[in-house]
Formats: sequence, C-alpha cells, structure tokens
Amino acid sequence: MKFDHPATDGPADRQNVLGKPHKRIEGPLKVTGRAPYAYERHDVAPNQLVGYPLGAGIAKGRIVAMDLEAAKAAPGVVDILSTLDMETLPVAATNVAPLFGGDEVRHYHQAIALVIAETFEQARAAAQMIRVEYAETVGRFDMATADTEDADIPNIGDFDTAFAEAEVTSDHTYTTPAQSHAMMEPHASIAQWQGEKLVVWTSNQMINWAKKALVTTLSLDPENVRVDSPYIGGGFGSKLFLRSDAVMAALAAKKVGQAVKVSLPRPFIFNNTTHRSATVQRIRIGMAKDGRIKAISHENLSGTLPGGAGEDATNQTRYFYAGDHRKFLNRIATMDLPESNAMRAPGEASGLMALEIAMDEAAEAAGIDPVRFRIINDTQVDPENPERRFSQRHFIECLERGAAEFGWAPTAPAMRREGRWLVGQGVAGGYRGSPVMPSGARVRLQPDGRLIVETDMTDIGTGSYTVLGQTAAEMLGLSLDKIEVLLGDSAFPVSAGSGGQWGATSSTGGVYAACMALREQISKQIGADADTVDFRDGLVTAGNRTMTLSEIAAGKEIIAEDKMEFGEFRKEAYEVATFASHFVEVAVDAYTGEVRLRRMLAVCDAGRILNPITARSQVIGAMTMGVGAALMEHMELDATRGFFANHDLAGYEVPVHADIPDQEVIFLDTADAASSPLKAKGVGELGLCGVAAAIANAVYNATGVRVRDYPVTLDKVIDRLPMPDAG
Amino acid sequence: MKSFSYERVATAAEAASALGRTKGAKIIAGGTNLLDLMKLGIEAPDHLVDVNGLGLDKIEETAEGGLRIGTLVRNTDMAADARIRADYPLLTRAVLAGASGQLRNKATTGGNLLQRTRCPYFYDTAMPCNKRKPGSGCAALSGASRQLAVIGGSEACIATYPGDMAVAMRALDAAVETVRADGTTRSIPLDQFYHLPGTSPDVENDLAADELITHVTLPAPVGGEQTYTKIRDRASYAFALVSVAVIRHSDGSGRVAFGGMAPKPWRAEEADAAMAKGAEAVTEIAFAGANPTEDNAFKLPLAQRALAKILHGKGE
Ligand SMILES: Cc1cc2nc3c(=O)[nH]c(=O)nc-3n(C[C@H](O)[C@H](O)[C@H](O)COP(=O)(O)OP(=O)(O)OC[C@H]3O[C@@H](n4cnc5c(N)ncnc54)[C@H](O)[C@@H]3O)c2cc1C
Ligand code: SF4
Repeated sequence: MKFDHPATDGPADRQNVLGKPHKRIEGPLKVTGRAPYAYERHDVAPNQLVGYPLGAGIAKGRIVAMDLEAAKAAPGVVDILSTLDMETLPVAATNVAPLFGGDEVRHYHQAIALVIAETFEQARAAAQMIRVEYAETVGRFDMATADTEDADIPNIGDFDTAFAEAEVTSDHTYTTPAQSHAMMEPHASIAQWQGEKLVVWTSNQMINWAKKALVTTLSLDPENVRVDSPYIGGGFGSKLFLRSDAVMAALAAKKVGQAVKVSLPRPFIFNNTTHRSATVQRIRIGMAKDGRIKAISHENLSGTLPGGAGEDATNQTRYFYAGDHRKFLNRIATMDLPESNAMRAPGEASGLMALEIAMDEAAEAAGIDPVRFRIINDTQVDPENPERRFSQRHFIECLERGAAEFGWAPTAPAMRREGRWLVGQGVAGGYRGSPVMPSGARVRLQPDGRLIVETDMTDIGTGSYTVLGQTAAEMLGLSLDKIEVLLGDSAFPVSAGSGGQWGATSSTGGVYAACMALREQISKQIGADADTVDFRDGLVTAGNRTMTLSEIAAGKEIIAEDKMEFGEFRKEAYEVATFASHFVEVAVDAYTGEVRLRRMLAVCDAGRILNPITARSQVIGAMTMGVGAALMEHMELDATRGFFANHDLAGYEVPVHADIPDQEVIFLDTADAASSPLKAKGVGELGLCGVAAAIANAVYNATGVRVRDYPVTLDKVIDRLPMPDAG
Repeated sequence: MKSFSYERVATAAEAASALGRTKGAKIIAGGTNLLDLMKLGIEAPDHLVDVNGLGLDKIEETAEGGLRIGTLVRNTDMAADARIRADYPLLTRAVLAGASGQLRNKATTGGNLLQRTRCPYFYDTAMPCNKRKPGSGCAALSGASRQLAVIGGSEACIATYPGDMAVAMRALDAAVETVRADGTTRSIPLDQFYHLPGTSPDVENDLAADELITHVTLPAPVGGEQTYTKIRDRASYAFALVSVAVIRHSDGSGRVAFGGMAPKPWRAEEADAAMAKGAEAVTEIAFAGANPTEDNAFKLPLAQRALAKILHGKGE
C-alpha cells in the first residue's frame, strides 16, 4: 500500500481503541520477570556456553602477540576466539568501526578476544589471564587539532552582510560533551548454528539492519540468517546497529559447534560500542530592533572515526526559525576515539542544547521575553524553500499554552531568592523531524476470532506492542484483548524498526496496510464490497448481513500481509516535523552551586497521540534524559590515552529519582493527515529536544551565570557566584 | 575472578590467625566493595576469611562514656542506633549520605572504613596505576582527575579516600581497635590509621597483614551542632566531590573534617582553631600546600563554600 496523498477519514479515525490510555499489553510479563531478554533465553538452544570478551588496552596501534596459554588452561575454558585468528571482518553499511578480526587496533576496547567457557565466572577469570603485547601508534584524540572535512549545506542569502548590518547581534560558542546511551540492558546475544543456518537471539532495535549487517560481516547467505529480539531493555540508538556481542557469539558458536552467549560487560560498553560525539558550536544571530531575526548562522564541529558522519548539530537550525540570510557549516574531525554514532535525537539533541541557549541570549540582547522572541520568529514555511510548508506547525501554541499552564513569570536574572536558594525559570523550544520508513506486517485472523499481528518491528520499551495492538483492534473492530502482537523476529515482515522517532508512525502504517488487506479478503470471502463492509465490536456487517469474525475464519485462519510505503509527496510538498516547548524552574544553592529542579513542563505538538500513556512515558523519560544532559552526563575524555575514562555507571552519572521533580506533559493532539495513515508523528525523540537548554537557561535566570559548556556542573557556576553573606 | 579458597571463622582470634597463616588472605565482611573489585580482577586474594559469624555486631557503652561499635555492625543499624542519633548525629548523617539503602544493609563498619578509592584508572586494569600495580605509574596524573585529591597526594598517586562515614568519625576523634594473630590488640586513632600515598600508594592504612579490625570506639559525646554536607553532581547515589563534617559549639569553636579532598579524611587541628573566624580562615589553613589539577581545582573554593554554608547555619 502506498501513502501517496494525505490521509482521508477511515476506520482508524474512529478512535475507539486508538487514542485511548491503554496500559502496555506486555507490562505484566515485564514486571513479573517473564519477558525473556536476550541473555536470559535459556530455552531457545541447549548447552549454551558463555563467552566473555577482552577489549584492546590501547587506542591505536597493532597487536604484536597475544598469549592465550594460561587462559586456555584455566578451569572450564572450552576455547578462545582471537582477533588474530582471522582478517579484519568486512564492515556493514550501517557500521563504521570493524567489529572483529585482524591485528589492527582502531579504538580503545575494540574487541580482540572472547573466552568461551562453561560458566560466566570461568570465562571472565580466564579473560583476565590473557596477555597482549601491543605496538602503539600516535592517535588523534583532540578534536580541536584533528583534520576536518566540511559537509555541504546550502547557504541562503548573504549572511555576512546581513549579520554585519544587524541592529542587535548575539555571537557565542557552545560545547556539548560526548554522551553515552547508558541503557539498562547491556548488548547481549546468543548464537546457534544449524549447518549453514545461523540464529541470533539478541537485543537490537533494527532487525533487518542487524540481519543485513550479519550477512555482510560474516559473508553469509541472507536465507541462512535469522535474528530474534522480542524484548529490548532500552537502546537509545546504541542498538541500532550490529555490535560485537552478536558477531563474537556467532563466530564462537561456529568455532565450538555449540550455542554461545555473550553480553558486553558494562565497563566495556562505553568504549567498545558507540556514543554521541562531543560538539563545538558557534551560533550567530542578527536581529532588527524589534527582535525579528535577519541573519542566522550555525557552525558545528564533531568527531568520528574515519568514514563516520559525526554529530550534525546544525540540522534543526535550518528549519526552526525564520530569517532571510542563513549560513551553516558542519565540520567533521577525523579521530581515533571509539565510534561516534546516533543517540536519541541525533543532531537535534546536541544542536538544540546550543541553539536554544543562543535564542535565550538573543532574546536578552533584543530586550524581549524569550517566549515572545520565539513566537516572533516562528515560520510556517521551510525557510530555505518557502514553497514548502510545514504540514502542521503549532509551535506558537506550544509556547503560549506552556507559558499559561506553567505560570511563566521569570524575573530579571539573579533576582529571585528564597533563603539560600536562587530561583529561576527557563524556556526552550523543541524541534525534531518526523521521518518515516517503509514498514510491513502480517495479520492472521484466527478461527476463535483473535487476531495475531506479526512484524519485525521492535519494542525498546517504547510501547510498540500496545500501539500496534491498538491499531489492529481499531481496524478490525476488535477489543485490544483479542489481539496478540508478535515482534522482533526476522522471519516476520520487514518493518521500519525503532529509530529516528519513526517507529510508531511507520509501523502502525504497516499494520494499517495489512489490516486493510485483511478487510479486503474478508469482504471478498463474504462476497461484499470492502468499502461498504463495517467492522465493529467483533462483528462484520455487509448490507443486512451480520457475522462474527470467528464465524468468518471458522474453517481456516485468514492471513493478510502488506507493507506501507510512503510517497514522495510527504517530502516534496511538506516539511513534516514535531515541535515542543519546555518550561522548567530550578533552584540553585547560592553557596555550592548545586542545581535542583523544581518542576518541568513539556507541551508537545506531535500529531495524533496513539496512546496517551505510552506517549507520556516517552516524553517524561526523554525529559529525564534531558536533565542528565543538562546537569551531569559527560564521558570524560582521556586525551593522552584516547579513551573515555569514566566507563561505568558509577563514573558516568545519569539522573536518579532524587534529581527529578514533578514532570507534566501536555499533548496538543494535532492529527496530521500528511504524516501517516493514522495521522501520527514521532514523540520519542521530541521529548528530549530542548530540555537541557531550558534547564541551562533557568540556571542563568536564577544565578546570572551563563554556562555555555555542558554539562552545567556546579564548578562552572560557583566561580562566578558571589559568596552569600552570613545571616 | 581468580579462584580462591574460603573459610568461615567464629572468633576474632581465629580470623587473625587465618590471616597470619595464609599468604594473600583477605577478610570478607559485607562484600559490597571487595566482591566488585574481585570481579574486575583488581583484587585477587588467594583466600577469603569470612568474618560474618564473629558476632561483633553490637554497640556497647565504654567506661569513658563513649561507644564501642563492633566491626560487623551494619551501616543501616549504626545510623539508626538511638545513642548514635542522639549523641553523634554527625555519624548518622554521614552514613545515610552514602551508597543506598540496600548497600547500607549489607555494608559493615570495618568494611566501610577500608573501602577503596574510586579513581577511574584504579578500575581499569589496562591502565597504569601504582595503587593497583605498584611501580606501573599513575595514569590519573595526565588524565581525568576531576574526582581526585587536591591535597595529600604524591607523584605516585592522587586518589581520594571516597567514603563518608570515616569523615564523620575523623571529626569525632574515633579510634580503630584491632587484634593480631599473636593476640595483641591495639587502638589506633583514625588519623594515624590511614596512610598518605607517598611512594607506596598500595599501602593505605596501618593494618599489618595479620591484623583485623574488631571495633571502632567513639570518645564521650562532645555535643555541639553536628552537620554533614555532601556535595556531588547528582542529588543521590554518588560519591562526594566534597563533603564537610562540622561540630560547632555555641562559643564558635569546633572541629571540621573534609571528604573528597585527599587520600584520607582531611582534618587539621590548627584549622579547627580558626573556626570562629569563618570558612575562609579554616580552609586556608586546612588546605595550605594544596596541589590541585586543572580539573579538580574547583574543589578548593567548593570546600570553602560548603563550610561557609554550614557556619552560616544553612547546612541542612
Ligand atoms: C554502588 C555503590 C555506591 C556506594 N556509594 C558510597 C557512598 O556514597 N559513600 C560511601 O561512603 N560509600 C559508598 N559505597 C561503598 C560502601 O560504603 C562500601 O562498599 C561498604 O561500606 C563496604 O563494607 P563491606 O562490609 O561490604 O566491606 P567488604 O567489601 O566486605 O570489605 C571491604 C574491605 O575491607 C576489608 N575488611 C572488612 N572488614 C574488615 C575487618 N574487620 N578487618 C580488616 N579488614 C576488613 C576487606 O578485606 C576489604 O578489603 C558504595 C558502594 C557501592 C557498591
Ligand atoms: S591516582 Fe592512584 S589510584 Fe588513580 S591511577 Fe594514579 S595511582 Fe592509581
């Protein structure tokens, strides 16, 4: 099925099941420990051995020798997989760093060996006995001095002249640190071979990408590879791509002729897998006296291993605010740090951390309230191509509604004091594109009237099971308890997967298409015209005939499969995006600079909300991640040795409950017919976009200290905070 | 982790002689620190002596009017003890500022005193670290040092002592009671108990290889207002960037010990004497000769500000 024009009203608009606050259908399995995550799938293959990895202890160079003798002789050890056993494995299109093989070390904690033993403890003990001799070479670990390349972004008008002539200007540089996804469940895989056929039970957001990457990396026939990942304990982009756990498990299982399972140890994840690159961003805004932006420029620098794309923080600035003269530069430094790659809201999360402080500074320079300033500079068209409109854009409503609900009333900076607390408010805008990907599904109507949905879509904690179930229920006129949703298996139709906040929008489209096909088939079977058949309350009505679905499927299950493809019109005619406003209030300890959040509000313009509970969970989780980005999260670069030193969850701090105040989320619920058949858009990444800047702006409002270098830790505040007087 | 042998002992004397008998033996109490380090290959004892059956889990009153805390008293129980809450509230506050409820249920008094540093390089066995592997060098000196010591460190090591409880105990003039394999016992004032790294950062305290902590004693209550402030990058469940333990009397005199600043709880009696003059005077003396890195220089003003907050009566 092709989505080649804006959606018209149809069965999905009934909103009997969709749009309702259904709890997660797999929730009871998860809270009772019965949802099998990858490492715990003891039943899928007999005699599972355990693999424990060893990572390179240098950032760049060669392995001269590896002494495996002691490890091989250790109790319980079955075999050892060594990187020296093979050439560097081919690199899949979705990977940057090779995942295994060869003597060249390209980054710290590159996987170089895997001990295969009877038990986890035996494998780990033996891994510690491996001695490696390296020939280290000099690496590029400093972004400021590394060679760079510039990506091509169109410039509009004449920025330099317009900025020089602007009546009011703002010109500052902002930095964001490297961040780790820090999802709860580590990367984990179990692999088993049956002859030429490989099955990998794993934890991955994109089943089809994982399958394709395995095919390339291990030179296999696609027919012979199955990937299964029904439950995923968080990913945030870290599990978008094939990683070394799955590759090593597969190689090891082949080597020992037995199933092998591998989980990446937490201290390994930070430098072995991917992270969000640090950025340096310069933003210049030139305005007229009345605050209208005339000229805007965003320059970005980020780092990557050779062949990677870095973190393009400029993207949202091309679309978010008006201004006739626009200049962009995305500079990518080639470095020898671990692979930087996508993390939740790649580009926008970092970009808005900077842009939305810059907007606060520009508003202040123009002497205009920052909410008002953003409203003045709203645009309903793509600033680079005014022919293209935003399909929908309710950003002004987000701001106005938010300001009213929140009680937006900031004082001048550093003017509100409650005892030892300096209190301030901050606002930021959020912007994130709402892309889509083709997505397939199969639906199987059972003789007992239940409906089974099958798609390789994943649920990474987001609520996919539930919204896909709701979609199918709505389309066939069933209640949600009649739907069984099966996900994450490459044997199912290929879906959009979970990434780039395209998951729910696209995959509900796929289930919609499959359900339309099923409605066709049922109509044909009962000899009626599909357009006139009504599906409601488990009943099918055609003219004056009414049957139950179980009667129709009584003899044999009815199967339908289809794929939703999204037409070019969506991109050509429109910019489809999501918008938010974030409001926060903070209190800063006047003595110590400790920041405590008091309350947070997000107002989201994210299309039709498929399920207010799961959507809200996405946004409050993202707001929490934004608190981390604002106040604490940073991978500490050791620029001498070329690795991230705080590589565990004691050193890499993410927010705890005590850091998180009341969080409120308002959805404008703005059905967008140009976006998808269900008129839905993404919310999962939008919730993060702008949060950190709202907090940084609130800290400024509270203290008068502007921090442009994330995270806003107390050491960056106290040096400019007057010591309070006694009394 | 490396294979090890294991035994359970019933008396402190047995524990000490087990330590004396077996080379590479270590005591395991709550295990919340030792086990983590063993899993990562940072500690690799050949033999573990489990002291959980010793019964040293009482808090008794001493003839001098103080308290004698058995080494196996769990952190949760110590913090909740009515006498400690009434007479040594500093200690309760410090203990509750550390770790989490679950960990405090398991962690013991002796184990808490002996918890090891959280220097990131100590935790990465691929990195040079004189404390973990004497003579291998110190990666932190040219690396990430935001958490590390600003005073008391050496060319060989700038790690901090990470704990909270001991900082309060230092301000309270606690002493550590021990027994050795030959049966000799001694009481070591906390200040002398911890060693500075010098050229051998692997030696962290005064204990001999066959010596076991049996108790911690607190002198008679000193009264005063007792405050513990812990400052960190998130609101809970993190080690201190800086912590300050203060006992202040109504005449303005008092004592102050700092955590997160040095390889041991940091207190200078001469600095105590300046307390009536305010935070700046105290920290100037306490941290004279400090040698911070670029990354952790902020700890010096932070310590002063944290102390000022307490002295201004705003320290919670
Ligand atoms: C996630 C996490 C967060 C934490 N946060 C904090 C924090 O914020 N603040 C804080 O202060 N601490 C914190 N801790 C550390 C915690 O306080 C210690 O792990 C705990 O107190 C150690 O006590 P234990 O009984 O478990 O010691 P064990 O792990 O059993 O032993 C620790 C050491 O003491 C030795 N030992 C134990 N008893 C004796 C004895 N009687 N005689 C001689 N040697 C002995 C052992 O041989 C070992 O070397 C944290 C720990 C974890 C895991
Ligand atoms: S500071 Fe001490 S613990 Fe840290 S690396 Fe140096 S020697 Fe090791």
